[in-house]
Amino acid sequence: MNFQTTIGLEVHVELKTNSKIFSPSPVEFGDNPNANTNVIDWGYPGVLPTPNKGVVEYGMRAALALHAKINQHTHFDRKNYFYPDNPKAYQISQSDVPLAQNGWIEIDVDGKKKKIGIEEMHIEEDAGKNTHNPNGYSYVDLNRQGTPLIEIVSKPDIASPDEAYAYLETLRQRIQFTGVSDVKMEEGSMRVDVNISIRPYGTDKFGTKTELKNLNSFNYVKKGLQFEEQRQQRVLLSGGQIQQETRRYDEASNETILMRVKEGADDYRYFPEPDIPNVEIADDWIKQIEATMPEMPERRRQRYVDDLGLTDYDAMVLTQTKEMSDFFEAAVAQGADAKLTSNYLQGDVNAYLNDNHLDLQDTKLTPDHLAGMIKLQMDGTISSKMAKKVFKAIMDGEEPNDYVKAHNLVQLSDPAQLQPIIDGVLDANAQSIEDFKNGKDRAVGFLVGQIMKQTHGQANPKIVNKLLMTSLNAR
Amino acid sequence: MAEEPISRAEVEHVAELAKLSLTDEQASKFTSQLDEIITMIDGLNEVNTDDVKPTTNMADATAILREDVAVNAHQKDALINEAPETEDGFIKVPAIIDESEDA
Repeated sequence: MNFQTTIGLEVHVELKTNSKIFSPSPVEFGDNPNANTNVIDWGYPGVLPTPNKGVVEYGMRAALALHAKINQHTHFDRKNYFYPDNPKAYQISQSDVPLAQNGWIEIDVDGKKKKIGIEEMHIEEDAGKNTHNPNGYSYVDLNRQGTPLIEIVSKPDIASPDEAYAYLETLRQRIQFTGVSDVKMEEGSMRVDVNISIRPYGTDKFGTKTELKNLNSFNYVKKGLQFEEQRQQRVLLSGGQIQQETRRYDEASNETILMRVKEGADDYRYFPEPDIPNVEIADDWIKQIEATMPEMPERRRQRYVDDLGLTDYDAMVLTQTKEMSDFFEAAVAQGADAKLTSNYLQGDVNAYLNDNHLDLQDTKLTPDHLAGMIKLQMDGTISSKMAKKVFKAIMDGEEPNDYVKAHNLVQLSDPAQLQPIIDGVLDANAQSIEDFKNGKDRAVGFLVGQIMKQTHGQANPKIVNKLLMTSLNAR
Repeated sequence: MAEEPISRAEVEHVAELAKLSLTDEQASKFTSQLDEIITMIDGLNEVNTDDVKPTTNMADATAILREDVAVNAHQKDALINEAPETEDGFIKVPAIIDESEDA
């Protein structure tokens, strides 16, 4: 029997507003526990939440990036549950009228494009952070309590683990380009909940789905789904039934392990949040945000291929993060060759970032400096070998023109200066001239080496070669 | 209309969600009280609401949105002092197995 797979993804994204969604406390990470909290975050009796305009705006930006329709008359709802990191015993979220609905993004798996629908996108508050200790206590830090989140729920269009991976990558890119979030799974600003079911080909009714937890990277999402897809097939083929359950992905063994069986639906007793009046979004506000939406990654890729002559692959790599893409454009705007800039960013710069575990914006490299070095290479001032030295310097924040002057790295390209040196080397190596005449090409390499030695490596190899061949043939 | 507005089983379920433990006597008492309340409220079903928008908020007002400016209240010490148990600036609570499905 053949099966078809249906995957659902719920993605939570932290918005990087200045203040929390319902209180003016700062949204900041890494501070002392509970330092960024006030009576609202602690859920004290009698306090009132005040909705943050910035959160609604960022939410709308994300919604537009996902081609979703904004609900102009919306409101918040209470989701009720008890947990120590949730001091009010309810989370203020959105239920029946989310901020936006009916979006889509286009994914690309091995060159095959497919639209994946977005069911809805709502705004809500994050909970605090609970740290369990083996001593029988938990330690609660409410700094994160009230951090704004958007939750993005996919339609049941994702049909394979590869499509799930591509969906997450595309979603991450688009949100990142809007600037509303860092969208980094490793830092918790993007979190993914996954469910998966399979059913025999050609049947209409979805199979029973299982939920997967502990998927801490896109890669683990893919691997966890691959395992679960196979496991469900084995169960069904052996005559068993899938239980509605939550399973934990184990990174070490690359398996999913049963955590708990779910009995019945969750009962959160949603009801409209009485402390916050309805939110009305005027046409003008939407228009204003539409007008200030940044260019999305696929538009940039198109431009890089059509206007700058890059390959599809180069364009794809350069637009993976907005930082890289912005950096590339700034360097090209300074007059650097697009292909050379692309090669440097994907090659030497990327290697530097990986070796030092840094993001581009955390280095001392500026687009000006990279462009400056590339221009020195383009006009022949420095050789590609010298560029390696200059590259190290600009990674340390040095200005390339100043560095080249200070270290006398200027390439010797003037024939009037090179010719006497070449003549001198030829005069001193009669044997090599003899060898050359007898067809031994090795002699040329030796002579070039001598000339480079005399010029302390600064001679322009192209011009040396040309002058040397002319001189050799003339003798 | 259904034979009874609320069953005893529903009352017990809701009590459990609210972490209330009810005696048999209380469960019976609350079932009949809630029964009466819901019956009374069911009277609203007789009103024709075909052209009425759903009421999601009693205040007939639009939310005033706060500008996104961060203000640290510097209330940490006062708040931590009010917590029943604390350690190193954290609120200390008995460990609870995760019952929430929430992110």
